[in-house]
Amino acid sequence: MSETQKLLTESAGRIFTDLCTRDRVEAAEAGTWPQELWQALADTGLTAAAVSEARHGAGAELPDLCALARVVGYHAAPVPLIETWLAEQMLAAADLQPIDGALAVGPVLRRDTLRLARQNGHWAVTGELKRIPWARNAAAIVLTAEADDGTRTVIVRDTKTIVEDWNYAREPRDTINLDRHRMSEDAVGAPGRGYGRAELFFRGALFRTQEMAGAMERVLELTVAYAKERIQFGRVIGKFQAVQQQIAALASQVAAGSAVAQAAAEANAAGLARFEIAAAKARIGEAVAVVAGVAHQVHAAMGFTHEHALHRSTRRLWAWRDEFGTETEWQAWVGTVAAQLGGEALWPYIVAARKPDLGAPLP
Amino acid sequence: MFTSFSLAGIEMPDHLERLREEVRAFLRAELEAGSYTREPSGWDRYDAAFSRKVADRGWIGMTWPRQYGGHERTSLERYVVTEELLAAGAPVRAHWLADRQFGPLLLAAGSEDQKRTYLPRIAAGECYVCVGMSEPDSGSDLASIRTKATKVEGGWRVSGRKVWTSYAHRAHLMNLFARTAAFDEKNRHEGVTQLIVDLDWPGITIKPIINLANDHDFNEVLFDDVFVPDDRVIGAVGNGWKQVSGELAHERAGSERWLNAYGVLVHLLDSAGTHPERGSAEKIGRLVTHLWTLHRMSFSLAGLLNQGITPAVEAALVKDLGNQFDQDIPEAARQVLQEEDRARLPEEDRFNDMLDRALLYAPSYPIRGGTREILRGIIARGLGLR
Repeated sequence: MSETQKLLTESAGRIFTDLCTRDRVEAAEAGTWPQELWQALADTGLTAAAVSEARHGAGAELPDLCALARVVGYHAAPVPLIETWLAEQMLAAADLQPIDGALAVGPVLRRDTLRLARQNGHWAVTGELKRIPWARNAAAIVLTAEADDGTRTVIVRDTKTIVEDWNYAREPRDTINLDRHRMSEDAVGAPGRGYGRAELFFRGALFRTQEMAGAMERVLELTVAYAKERIQFGRVIGKFQAVQQQIAALASQVAAGSAVAQAAAEANAAGLARFEIAAAKARIGEAVAVVAGVAHQVHAAMGFTHEHALHRSTRRLWAWRDEFGTETEWQAWVGTVAAQLGGEALWPYIVAARKPDLGAPLP
Repeated sequence: MFTSFSLAGIEMPDHLERLREEVRAFLRAELEAGSYTREPSGWDRYDAAFSRKVADRGWIGMTWPRQYGGHERTSLERYVVTEELLAAGAPVRAHWLADRQFGPLLLAAGSEDQKRTYLPRIAAGECYVCVGMSEPDSGSDLASIRTKATKVEGGWRVSGRKVWTSYAHRAHLMNLFARTAAFDEKNRHEGVTQLIVDLDWPGITIKPIINLANDHDFNEVLFDDVFVPDDRVIGAVGNGWKQVSGELAHERAGSERWLNAYGVLVHLLDSAGTHPERGSAEKIGRLVTHLWTLHRMSFSLAGLLNQGITPAVEAALVKDLGNQFDQDIPEAARQVLQEEDRARLPEEDRFNDMLDRALLYAPSYPIRGGTREILRGIIARGLGLR
C-alpha cells in the first residue's frame, strides 16, 4: 500500500469508526440520509477524492479509490461514495464540470437504456432506469444516454419521478422514469465523449468488488471473534474441529476475494483492465455463498437477529454480488474470452501483467 | 482493518517477463524436437534426460549458492520458471522433490559436507530424491511414526516400513523420517530425525503399490536393519519435526498444487470450440477465474518466500484452494463435454485421455502434501482458534 493510500484509508477509517455507528446505519437503512457522516467525508475531501488535479481536486488514482472503497465496504458505510466517484469519472471523461454533493450514476442494468433526442429546440431524455443507487439523495444523476450521433453523457437534476426501492442492505436502489425530460444545453456532453454503458458497468463492478472484499474481511473478523467467545459444551466453540474447519474454509474464500480485489485494483492503474475486473467480480461473487453461509452458521441464532452486527455486512454481500454483474454473468464473459484464446494461448494471457483487451461483449 | 493474510501484490519486474519468454522458447524448441509432448499426466512424469536439459539451463537449484552448483537467483525467478514448466506439462517430476524440498532443507539444516556432496549433483539434474514420511499407521499424524533408528557405533541401524512413497523405485536418495528416541505423548514431536539414505543400500526393499489409476507411483519401502552412517543425519538428532515444518511451506506454496489437471482445461478449450453455449461458457469461465486467482495468490506467496518469510498459513490457504481447483477441472469438463460428446470426439483428440487421468487422480490432491483437514487446522491455528 502506498503512502497516499495509507493516509486516505486511515482518514476514512477514522471517520467511519466515529460516525458509522450502529444507530446511524440503522437510521440510514430506515430512510434517513446520514448527513453528518456525508458532511464529515466532504470536509476531509473524500467525497471529491476522484476529482483530478487538473479539475482542481485531490486527484486520487484509481487504485487509491479502490483501497478506499474497501474501507467503505468494511464499515458497511451507508453513503454513495463510490457512486459519487463514478459520476465524477463520467463527468471528467465527458469534459463536463465537476458537481458538488452526492451523485448517482446509470444505467446500471444492461437492459435499461436512456434515449437522448432534440425536441422543439432543446434536449430531452426518455427512459425508465431501475436500481439506480441513491437516486433520491443525489444532487445530480450522471447518465450515459444514446443519441442519434452516438453516446453522450447527461446530467439529470430535479427529477420528480423517482420510485423508491431498496436492495437487501436497505441501500436506495431507485427507479427513475424520465419521459421527454427537458435538459439544459450545459447538462449534455459531446457525442462520443465519456463512458459508454459497458465502461460504466465494468467500473461499477470494480468498485463493488472492492467493497465486497472489505465486507468479507469484516465478516471473517466477526466470525473469528464470536467463535473465540461463545461457549457451548463447556468450551469456546472455536475449539471444536467441526467449527474450525468451517471457519478455515471461510478464510480461504476471504483470502481469494481479497487477492482478486487487490489484483483488479492494481491492474487498473494503467487504464481499464476488463479481464481482471470480470474475473475478480466473478471470483468474489462466488465466494459470498461460503463466506456468508459459514459466518451465519457459526453465529447461529445470534447472527440471525437484528441486534447482531453480522447481517449489516452479509446483507451487503448478498446485494453487491448481484449488482454490476452476477458471478455467472462474469464467468460467462471470462469463458467467452478464454474460448477465443484457445487452449495453449490461455496460459500466457493469464500470467501477462498487461492483457490485451479481447473486446467480448458485455455478459 | 483486518489484515490476517499477507498476500499483497508484488511488482512484476521486466526481467521476470523475459525469463518467462526464455522458458517458453526452450519449451517450444523441445516440443518441436519431440523431446516431450503434453500428456494426460502433465508435469508428473519422470524423464531424466529432460531433467538434465532443465539443469543445463540453470533451472534446478536456481536459488542456491554458486559454491554448491546453484545459480543465486531469486525465489520469484524460480517461481516463474517452475510455473511455466508445469503449465506446459513438461516432464519435470524426476528432479522435483530434490529441487523444491531436499535442497532447501540441506541449505537450512545440512552439514557442509552434505551440501557439497549432494547439491551440485541435484543442480546438475542427476540426483533424485524421494521422501520417506508416511507409514502404514502414520499418515497425517506424522509424529506417530514407528520406523526406528537405533544408535550403534559410527551410525544408526534402521528398521521399519514406509508406504505411499512416490517414485522411490526411481530415486537415488530418500529423505527418511525415523524415530531416534522413544515416543512421548507429552512431547510427541520430539525424537524424530531426518536421515539421508541411499536406496541401493543392503537391507532396503522397494515394492510397488499400484494406485487406482493402475499406475505405479507409490511404493512400500522396507528397512531391515539398514546401517546409516552418522554423517547422514540432517541437522540435529531429534530435530526432524522442526526442520520439516519449514520445508512444508515450500511444499505447499507452489503452482504444483493447482496445475495438476490443467491439461484438461487446455484441451477442453480446444474441444469445446470458440463459441461455447452460455452454460459451458460459465463453467469454463469459472475455472479460468480460479486459475487467475491461484496464480495471483501463489505468486504473492513466492514474493513472501523471497523476502525470507515463511508463510505457513497462507501456503495452507493456497493449497486448500488449489486442491479444490484440481478437482473442479475434471468435474466441469465432464459437464461441458458430456458422454455423448466425448464418445464422438475424433480419435486424435486427446481430451478424453486428459479427463480420464484427471478424474482418477482427483481424490489424491487434497490428501498428498497435507490433507485438507490438516491444512484447515493450520489455517484455524493462524486465526487463533487453536
